[in-house]
Amino acid sequence: MKINTMAEMMAAGETPEVLFWVGCAGSFDQRAQKITKAFATILDKVGVKFAILGKEEACTGDPARRAGNEFLFQMMAYQNIQVLNGYGIKKIVTTCPHCFNTLKNEYPELGGTYDVVHHTTLLQQLIDEGKIKLKEGGEFKGKKISYHDSCYLGRANDIYEAPRKVLEALDAELVEIKRCKSNGLCCGAGGAQMFKEDEPGNKRINIERADEALETGAGFIASACPFCNTMITDGIKNREKENEVAVLDVAEMIAASMQ
Amino acid sequence: MHYIPQIGFLILAVAGSFLFARKAGEIKRNILLGKKEDLSNDPGKRWNNLILLALGQKKMFKNPLVALLHLVVYAGFIIINIEVLEIVLDGVLGTHRLFLPVLGSAYTWLIIFFEFLAVAVIVVCAIFLIRRNLIRLKRFISKDLNGWPRSDANYILFTEIVLMSLFVLMNAADQVLQSRGAAHYPATRAFFFSDMLTPLFNGFSDGTLTGMERSAWWLHIIGIFLFLNYLPYSKHLHIILAFPNAYFARLEPQGKLKNMPAVQNEVLYAMQPELTPADAAPPASFGAKDVFDLSWKNLLDAYSCTECGRCTASCPANLTGKLLSPRKIMMSTRDRLEEVGRNINLNKTFQDDGKSLLHHYISVEELRACTTCNACVEACPVSIAPLDIIMELRRSLIMEESNAPQEWNGTFSNIENNFAPWKFSPDERDKWATEMAS
Repeated sequence: MKINTMAEMMAAGETPEVLFWVGCAGSFDQRAQKITKAFATILDKVGVKFAILGKEEACTGDPARRAGNEFLFQMMAYQNIQVLNGYGIKKIVTTCPHCFNTLKNEYPELGGTYDVVHHTTLLQQLIDEGKIKLKEGGEFKGKKISYHDSCYLGRANDIYEAPRKVLEALDAELVEIKRCKSNGLCCGAGGAQMFKEDEPGNKRINIERADEALETGAGFIASACPFCNTMITDGIKNREKENEVAVLDVAEMIAASMQ
Repeated sequence: MHYIPQIGFLILAVAGSFLFARKAGEIKRNILLGKKEDLSNDPGKRWNNLILLALGQKKMFKNPLVALLHLVVYAGFIIINIEVLEIVLDGVLGTHRLFLPVLGSAYTWLIIFFEFLAVAVIVVCAIFLIRRNLIRLKRFISKDLNGWPRSDANYILFTEIVLMSLFVLMNAADQVLQSRGAAHYPATRAFFFSDMLTPLFNGFSDGTLTGMERSAWWLHIIGIFLFLNYLPYSKHLHIILAFPNAYFARLEPQGKLKNMPAVQNEVLYAMQPELTPADAAPPASFGAKDVFDLSWKNLLDAYSCTECGRCTASCPANLTGKLLSPRKIMMSTRDRLEEVGRNINLNKTFQDDGKSLLHHYISVEELRACTTCNACVEACPVSIAPLDIIMELRRSLIMEESNAPQEWNGTFSNIENNFAPWKFSPDERDKWATEMAS
């Protein structure tokens, strides 16, 4: 499968329907690369014409901004907006809620206005339109899945239903974690915490969240954020439950269940 | 001699109102020490927030039982103020039950309704005292509340019980006097709640009963004026400030951080020097070190905080034993602002006291623990955004003091040089794509 970059598309005189913003985790993190590949596979299968920025993509600046380094954020934003506007990008889809939030909410006042959607929203749309066709009796049919709300998708942007609707399409049994939706507990990665040690305390946040997810007894924990995925996976491993409980991105579940 | 109570009442009312207005003016002045922020857009949405969040207490209903109890106290408190209006007019005019001839039999029903509320308020306040002091819910026994804040909460509940009890006692004594046809006590019908108490008062003489009724009346109204003047020093100020705070709550998605146009322009001029205006001056400072650097809405937030601790109870950092408590962030901001206010009262203008909100009130360790998850913002029933303050202080730490943990410095340099927070070569960004092609 050939993934086109914007540069290649432009050279061929073509315009993609949507730009797939991969994000740093999706590009470099080995676990998150699988999510990226799953989502690219889905787009390819349903015939959505998409492109990536490839080497021209750079960190949105989210971790820098939230750590307090506004200069670095503004530099990254300037650079990215130059590239995006240069290609005349109209619509962006991303698998990372942090990139999603920054592109959607923070770039417009810096001169970068795009129609930005999170991949769970696009997946729901493709399912509703009948473009994604799922196998009868797929891998997740009748299985218990609990969905972990990403803060930057949920509270930050009020997206609670799209990922749940997508999971319902799998004919799975959705079991909510005690703290869910607007009360959802953070995985511990946001605000640039991903990139430093925890402050002194009595427990790691990701272990707390993994414990809450394990309480549901579900065999699958669905995530919609590469950072949440890493954090919850680590928490599950810490509890030595990695053989009983799998942490998967919503896109991976759909990719595995498509006809 | 006849006018002495009226004059006494007038002095009480004028002094009580004046002192309150003076302190309210001080609070307004303190709030306006903050930076300007235009929050006047979309008044329709803002009124909607005021009605739903402040008047309707929408966020409280995440726990319906507690919300209902709180609503009883709140509604009781507000509605009984109609009775206070009569009390004030009676006080000024030297009348007794001024509204009785106007309202006729409806008056009795009104008082019965007020008494019902008063009894309900007493019961709920008792339940709240039990929740705070006997059941000892986690958010109430937290060390955030050690000292004055814990007493403050109990004083408020206790005062409300006393005020409401005085109201019922006053009516009970009044009813016994009525039944004896005492002068100045026009007959109403039975008030139901206070009527049940009349047997306790039957044994007293008219003189004693009049003394009791008058004492209860005076203590009730003195109590109300004292309470009014206690509000500005207390967490109870939220009964007033919840309204403007809901109105001025931010309307944008919670995930959006406040932009820093000064930094945006600095970067723009560095990238495109031709755009630099001739008179471009570098900004004075970045982020917030002290209360002056926060926006006025952040400071209004601090005064609106009722220290309920719902923010802290939902904070992932606090839940896992870290030092950060969003409630404490708000309390520290108010404490510092009050200190600054006292400094201004004393010196006319603020004299440097060698202190600041950052470091002296809020530590680096607290700020570093935040995951910016917005759970605190979501949890707050009175539309406070503790995350706003945390972010402004973080900005000052990084951009003014270069105070970052070593790992973050590494992250920053990776983002700057490799365009990703990790040390990967930018050339490998699309390696996954080439893997898919093969």
